Amino acid sequence: MLELDPLLLSRIQFAFTISFHILFPSFTIGLAAWLLVLEILWLKTGKRIYADISRQWTKIFAVSFGMGVVSGVVLSYQFGTNWSEFSRLGGNVIGPLMSYEVLTAFFLEAGFLGIMLFGHERVPKAVHLFATAMVALGTLISAFWILSANSWMQTPAGYTAGPDGVLHVADWWQVVFNPSFPYRFAHMVAAAYLTTAFIVAGIGAWYILRGRNVAHGRIMLGMGLSLLVWLAPLQLIIGDLHGLNSLKYQPAKVAALEAHWETGRDVPLILFALPDPKAETNHFEIAVPRLGSLILTHEWDGEIKGLKSFPLENRPNPIIPFFAFRIMVGIGMIMIAVGLVGSVLWITGRLYTSEWFLRTLVWVSPLGFLAVLAGWFTAEVGRQPWVVYDVLRTADAVSPIPGGSVLVSVLLFVLVYGVVFGAGLYYMAKLVRCGPDETPPMPEEEDADLSHRPMAAAGNP
Amino acid sequence: MTPDVLPIILPLVWGAILALAVFLYVLLGGYDLGLGVLFPLAPTHQDRDAMMNSVAPFWDGNETWLVLGGGGLLAAFPLAYSVMLPALYLPIILMLIGLILRGVAFEFRFKSGPYRWIWDLAFSAGSILAALMQGLIIGAFVQGFNVVNNRYAGGAFDWLTPFALVTALAVVAGYVLLSAGWLIMKGDEALRDWAYAVACYALIAVAAFILIFSIWTPVAHPEIAKRWFTPANMVMLSPVPLATVATIYALWRSLKRRMRYAPFVLAAAIFLLCYTGLAVSLFPYIIPPSITLWQAAAAPESQLFMLYGAIPILPIIVGYTAYSYYVFWDATEHEGYH
Repeated sequence: MLELDPLLLSRIQFAFTISFHILFPSFTIGLAAWLLVLEILWLKTGKRIYADISRQWTKIFAVSFGMGVVSGVVLSYQFGTNWSEFSRLGGNVIGPLMSYEVLTAFFLEAGFLGIMLFGHERVPKAVHLFATAMVALGTLISAFWILSANSWMQTPAGYTAGPDGVLHVADWWQVVFNPSFPYRFAHMVAAAYLTTAFIVAGIGAWYILRGRNVAHGRIMLGMGLSLLVWLAPLQLIIGDLHGLNSLKYQPAKVAALEAHWETGRDVPLILFALPDPKAETNHFEIAVPRLGSLILTHEWDGEIKGLKSFPLENRPNPIIPFFAFRIMVGIGMIMIAVGLVGSVLWITGRLYTSEWFLRTLVWVSPLGFLAVLAGWFTAEVGRQPWVVYDVLRTADAVSPIPGGSVLVSVLLFVLVYGVVFGAGLYYMAKLVRCGPDETPPMPEEEDADLSHRPMAAAGNP
Repeated sequence: MTPDVLPIILPLVWGAILALAVFLYVLLGGYDLGLGVLFPLAPTHQDRDAMMNSVAPFWDGNETWLVLGGGGLLAAFPLAYSVMLPALYLPIILMLIGLILRGVAFEFRFKSGPYRWIWDLAFSAGSILAALMQGLIIGAFVQGFNVVNNRYAGGAFDWLTPFALVTALAVVAGYVLLSAGWLIMKGDEALRDWAYAVACYALIAVAAFILIFSIWTPVAHPEIAKRWFTPANMVMLSPVPLATVATIYALWRSLKRRMRYAPFVLAAAIFLLCYTGLAVSLFPYIIPPSITLWQAAAAPESQLFMLYGAIPILPIIVGYTAYSYYVFWDATEHEGYH
């Protein structure tokens, strides 16, 4: 009989369910902040166009948020169903971080989401604004705790290990603010804002091109570009700092994502290669001499450890991190380019008429999601073979469950997520296609109109 | 408090907090899932829309108590979490699948025009699946788990027993009762008429299941029989079954008198009493029949760290949840989802 490996299947299941999930928080973190900005603009300027855009995108937000919730519940149980040994040994550390997420973020979001989505007619404007702000804050707090937990798995600190292998917390501050956390948090939040800004700008460009909802499209494009132009370059700097941090704490990961086998100074920057873990070398390598050392260490002759300097059983397989990292950085470069070109066109007054630019933007604007996935694949596959870096191996973290059970659950998740994701994407696309409703004049204004007419009539018989 | 008291007190405190979270989920998620069970039986399309709208602003918040139950169990009792979840692998996965299908239906069904029936089906099938699996999980939990060396040592289908299957049906009946009580509070007159009838049938089923389990559980588990039927305990614990009988009777009367709010409150009270009975039966075990609250507890510094957050935050959560229920109290049919 075919031997089903619960470890491999559990890894596939976790990768699948978390990849699916992360797309939605990435989008809702960005959207919630943007919706808050729109609502403030509306209240400050009184221009209804901001309210129209905000109402349209609130519907899109609702779909995305709903899918984020249902796919997130799955994750909070998978730690136990599939990774029970990790839960048992690491629960003292990881558990409280995740509980704080539920306590401080989930309830905040869930409590105010109803008011944000359906409360326009039911609560005063200020209460609605407050609800939107709380939802936006909730998404950020949620990211804070989850990234703290994830960062702790990458760069564990502030713990001690008992003789039975159970981990105990020695210092909560060091656990929460572990060495890679500030970089990862900044990197992920910036990624969420960029991904959202990119797609909003792209849809704005599409509205302009199709000639309907043009005024709305211009605002979306303008707001998207205004964020992109400074945040995309800043993200490059944050990513670079994050890389320096990884080199210090997770050198094997950096060696894998750069496909460096030999330790050395003045290492090249490999642009393309096919890493071959069996032969411990790269095929079809295209590289720029010395640039690798400069980028990774900020010195021309900085030393980089190669994969060969780590024992075989402690090395991640470089293939996925290597390509995922290049995809992420490549998309980052596209974002920077779009932000710069778009701003130049804007300043010179040609933005709305440069069809080639608008068309390109429409096509590249969903790439942020791919960059988010690629980034997570770089970080998580690069962490292998550890679930808690240098502390607990992934192979020792898996639940005592038969492979057959996991195969059933993997197939179910693929099937159900396929349907749900397909439908969700379809409905979001439909909302985008319909465009914002243009509000008819407010009833009070009509009343005002009517009420002065008789007087006017009375004045001019 | 001296440090030596903490390891004794903290697991009790966290046991109580989690028990509260699970109870709130059973209550809120219960009426919410029960609507999905009743959904295909509702008299008209408008009734189905009204049922959906009555819970749309809340389902997300209701489900969050389930996430707190899961996350809190991992944090406060990691050993219990790491035994229970692999042991109940398939029921938990199926429950999650059910919750996904019904959760997205809230967002999708009002957007799907002629294909609305697909999401109606997803909503009720998902709700029924989730409710059945929650019942199975409770049944399997009462039966206990095979643990060796702090790890689950049983098979993939240990949960599949007649006892657990009957529990699954009982939980569905209970959720339907809660849900009928919810509709009696929230529905228009025609929907209320129907809900009163449903509640009567559901109450008969629930009373029958309570009777079955009051006999079956002690017969199957001598240690539980001992808990209830030693002379001193019999006197001390007698209020629980007596109050249950009285509440069932009061609920029946309230349905006959067509009261508006009493049915939901009394149905909730029946849940609370059954829940108390269960706690009395199993205490102090969190993994029956071998691991106690204290054995499964996270390190005191971890439980304490969480408590600093939970004590101020939980009342705030209850506060704004209540505000949200206040704002949307009359949300049924007039303003649809979108």
